[in-house]
Amino acid sequence: MSGQEQKPLPGRRVFLAGGAAAALGVLLAPGIRLIEVAAATGGQPGTRASAKVRWGLLIDTTQCSSDCTACVDACQTENHISGTAPTDSQWLRKVELKDMRSGRSASVPVMCQHCAKPACVDVCPTGASFKRADGIVLVDRHACIGCRYCMMACPYKARSFVHAPVDDQNPEVPRGKGCVEGCTLCVHRVDKGQQPACVESCPNQAMLFGDLNDPESAISQRLRTIATTQVRADLGLDPGVRYHGI
Amino acid sequence: MGQACKQFDDSRFYALVGLGLAVLLAGLGAFHYMEEHGHIVTGMNNQVVWGAPHVFAIFMIVAASGVLNVASMGSVFGKTIYKVRAPLSGLLCLALLGGGLMVLMLDLGRPDRIIVAATHYNFTSVFAWNVFLYSGMFTIVALYLWTLMERRMKPYSKPAGLMAFIWRLVLTTGTGSIFGFLVARQAYGSAVLAPMFIVMSFAWGLAVFYIVQSAMFAWNGLQLHPAILRRMRNLLGVFVAGTAYFVAAYHLTNLYFARQTDFELFILFQGGVYTLLFWLGFVVVGTLMPLLLVFHPALGTQRAMLFASIGVILGAFALLYSFIIGGQVWPLQLFPGYAASSTFGDGTIASYSPSLPEILLGIGGMAAAFLITTVGVRILHFLPEDDLIPLEAITAD
Repeated sequence: MSGQEQKPLPGRRVFLAGGAAAALGVLLAPGIRLIEVAAATGGQPGTRASAKVRWGLLIDTTQCSSDCTACVDACQTENHISGTAPTDSQWLRKVELKDMRSGRSASVPVMCQHCAKPACVDVCPTGASFKRADGIVLVDRHACIGCRYCMMACPYKARSFVHAPVDDQNPEVPRGKGCVEGCTLCVHRVDKGQQPACVESCPNQAMLFGDLNDPESAISQRLRTIATTQVRADLGLDPGVRYHGI
Repeated sequence: MGQACKQFDDSRFYALVGLGLAVLLAGLGAFHYMEEHGHIVTGMNNQVVWGAPHVFAIFMIVAASGVLNVASMGSVFGKTIYKVRAPLSGLLCLALLGGGLMVLMLDLGRPDRIIVAATHYNFTSVFAWNVFLYSGMFTIVALYLWTLMERRMKPYSKPAGLMAFIWRLVLTTGTGSIFGFLVARQAYGSAVLAPMFIVMSFAWGLAVFYIVQSAMFAWNGLQLHPAILRRMRNLLGVFVAGTAYFVAAYHLTNLYFARQTDFELFILFQGGVYTLLFWLGFVVVGTLMPLLLVFHPALGTQRAMLFASIGVILGAFALLYSFIIGGQVWPLQLFPGYAASSTFGDGTIASYSPSLPEILLGIGGMAAAFLITTVGVRILHFLPEDDLIPLEAITAD
């Protein structure tokens, strides 16, 4: 085999040392924080989202019929989303439920549940998934690297991945190929004092939007008077969306 | 005559490098195609968000950690026959880690933002921990290789080896925890996944090591000493059996939990390709066949060990495909007790078939690992020199 000793050329040694030093530099770079995470603001110039507020939804499924898709249509129109292929984004969908014992059925709008302890925020490596002070869970389009770990972690299947280039965007709702996205609770409307598009569109007023932290808000008062549930409450994520009738 | 041999070796080396480069270029071309068109050209969708590239990447990253086991047995546990194998073990670790990370990064939706991943950290994310674990692994193994190959640094090889040993255990714990920390999907969210990944890494890494060692010995016209073969064979058998134990424990605990029974019945019995890959791929080809080949008294030859190693690797891919893809096609249970349906795949088994670009990207990562190994063993001294080991050290148990 190698009976005689091979003397390495000095050039090779210098080259290897230089290469190792360069590689070390590249590997240490991650430890240096170059860019600060942009603070999420409350939309209106000069105002920040307030931690005193926690935006939430109450959905009365007893008022929701399976043949009505007004909320889904309004969401798609507002956010310029379309299609129902497995690769198309769906920020809000109607899930048809049938109780396997009694046969009772329900039609339930499901979107991002804007959890107090969101799994998507926990797992996001770059901090692109974040929760605003007022409880709205969003994706920072500039920091999302498209790893899809949040989609693996979300128990509500609330997130979509943009599989193809998008055009015809709403300037207030930026989207982009290769990024993950989901219901923003129409944050661009909420910050202007409006309601989310789905809430506004519901013909039966089955959806109520408001501040869960304000005991005098309509949503808080309603939550005190009727029985409501959180989807997968067992996971302890404390969703901001409550349902009545399931 | 010597000159003729040299030319033959050169042409064979350049042919291998050419082949590796061609496959790597095909993989990079596939990446470019996916980058241009988006993931719409893959088989992935909003239910199956991690596809074939993750199967390749996770195999390589897990095997990278396991292949270093060979070096650890030399430097940390003082086994002489593994000491001479430590440099090759370190090189293979770097090569596989590089190939695996290449695939993982090029499968991102925004691979152009890799600098964001390197500068923004969310420390509650297992992914973010893994960025540190992977880059740390490169640094530590490179330093370890330096202590092994530079005579002046030899005294430091034991502490460096110990550091690499600990780091790779933490790294594979991190890889297993990527899935272990996911409560949303029924296939994952189990503490057993971290140790399971560690034991899997031992088996897969040793299988990769044996195949590369066989190629290098054949290239140099060398025969593996029967005593060394016996020890590597027994070790592979123990690791394969250990992997089977953990996989069995994972499935049996799941079967015991009523809420998990439907999912287990799907994966183990009704899951079509996922069931087939689990039983035929992992159980038969990846476990029973290698165990028979290494432990049957009439077998256990170098050739049998080679086939056993190939079986372990094929079984690894089958298991990962069944675990990663099969685990994702199962619908999320938002409303337990209800039958659910929607336009977004609620209540239905999702479909996924890998597209050519995905597979090419995965194979491209393997080609990158192959190239690093081939060029590495050519320019530096990585061939295990068993003729320098005293005979009693080889035969001692």
